[in-house]
Amino acid sequence: MTERHGSSLEIAGLRKSFDDKIVLDGVNLGVRPGESLVIIGGSGAGKSVLLKCILGLIQPDSGTILIDGVDMTDQRSDRTDAVRERIGMLFQGGALFDSMPVWRNITFALTQGRARDSKKMHALAIEMLEKVGLEPRVADLRPAEISGGMQKRVALARAIAANPDLIFFDEPTTGLDPIRANTINQLIRGLVTDLGCTAVTITHDMASAHHIADQVAMLHEGRIVWAGPVDQLDKSGNELVDRFIHGRTD
Amino acid sequence: MTEGFTRLFSPLGAGTLGLFAAIGRTAVFAFRALIAAVTPPYYPARLMQQLITIGYFSLPVVGLTALFTGAALAQQIYVGGERFNAASTVPAVTVIAIVRELAPVLGGLMVAGRVSSAMAAELGTMRVTEQIDALQTLRTDPFQFLVAPRLLAAVIVLPLLTLVANAIGVMGGYLLAVYRLGFNAASYLDTTRAYLELDDIVSSLVKAAVFGFVLALMGCYHGYHTKGGAAGVGTATTNAVVSAFLLILLANLVITVLVFG
Ligand SMILES: Nc1ncnc2c1ncn2[C@@H]1O[C@H](COP(=O)(O)OP(=O)(O)O)[C@@H](O)[C@H]1O
Ligand SMILES: [Mg+2]
Repeated sequence: MTERHGSSLEIAGLRKSFDDKIVLDGVNLGVRPGESLVIIGGSGAGKSVLLKCILGLIQPDSGTILIDGVDMTDQRSDRTDAVRERIGMLFQGGALFDSMPVWRNITFALTQGRARDSKKMHALAIEMLEKVGLEPRVADLRPAEISGGMQKRVALARAIAANPDLIFFDEPTTGLDPIRANTINQLIRGLVTDLGCTAVTITHDMASAHHIADQVAMLHEGRIVWAGPVDQLDKSGNELVDRFIHGRTD
Repeated sequence: MTEGFTRLFSPLGAGTLGLFAAIGRTAVFAFRALIAAVTPPYYPARLMQQLITIGYFSLPVVGLTALFTGAALAQQIYVGGERFNAASTVPAVTVIAIVRELAPVLGGLMVAGRVSSAMAAELGTMRVTEQIDALQTLRTDPFQFLVAPRLLAAVIVLPLLTLVANAIGVMGGYLLAVYRLGFNAASYLDTTRAYLELDDIVSSLVKAAVFGFVLALMGCYHGYHTKGGAAGVGTATTNAVVSAFLLILLANLVITVLVFG
């Protein structure tokens, strides 16, 4: 792998409602190149919807999303396509293609589902599996034949196989034991520190947040209620943040 | 008074509007699918896979349907015809009914039951487990990767299945007529050949291609737009089959009136 240049991300005034339900109510957020942002927030706060808006899977009602200065809410063009080519995404549920073996899943960004360079792709898949702490034999299994935690790690391998510059992780450690979770934390941190990727991670796991993040932002009722460097997280002085990180219910 | 009328008919109006909206959405979906089918990249391996799933694996079902229907038809025409001293019309009426109507329509319905439901369930599961979203983030158009191969395969394969069904349906009638009703084998076949026209076969195949398009479109449309988890997949599957059945029967009526009316 060669040294890469992480992308920048700027979100301003992003709004999205489903019918009458307001999910995103003017989100403002920025990530600098080569930086790791962790987004925290309660279930149903709209974190996944935010990621899907950025990825163009959900059409926002208003607002702008700039990646390396390109407005991703514009009509599809060669410029937005070129940006999307450099994005990787780990879905909350893994979203592996269950009609294909693991190795075809992992190399999908490179093959687009075609049977080209199969030998090389198989070898690459095994290399990626090793990075996420899985054995080579997993490569030839179907997603339905492996555990949920393994599926999550295969999905992670798929997200990073094409060497993206900007990677989104939706709850990467949910459903993993602490040791495996730590492998993933180190992997994500390594992508940022060693390879210069920009990472945006959603998590509920505060240990993971501390490990991965340069910056942290908290999403609550459709807005960013606090954002700052990770070392300020425990002394944010924000009631909502304190409640979230200490799991208080009052 | 007027208010009462409004209240009485407003659900009807809403239903009509909803129907038009659904027709519009389906047309847009079909248009997108057709564009996707003719623009690269193409996925020949996936088309092949669908040809086998839809075509080859439907052969037993379609073949048995045609066999049983052809035989039952011959029996009915015989019983009905006898009353007018017209029992000799069995071969002619059987072949016309099979080729013009029963083979394409029953074949289409059987394949719809098998295939529209499977397509809706597969695409619906892919939708609710975010696999379709994942495809898009991996820069693959789901219309090109999922929908186009299914539509193309169904349009190609239904006429072939119908050819087979035509032959087996006529054979069903022949077997029953010869072995049960005492028809002469050679003259049964001669009469069949004499009454079978090229136009009948062409209309049979055209119908089949249209039904193939309709049943794949309904499977893909309902699967692609699935919402709401496992229950949503169930609803999508049911809707796909019911709408495919109705549209096949409607399309059959329209084509029949246009061609033979
Ligand atoms: N496609 C959709 N249609 C309607 N409502 C949705 C859709 N996607 C998400 N929502 C709603 O938006 C809210 C936020 O969802 P989500 O972003 O998944 O939450 P989380 O922060 O836990 O990831 C939820 O209330 C959810 O029901
Ligand atoms: Mg979520």
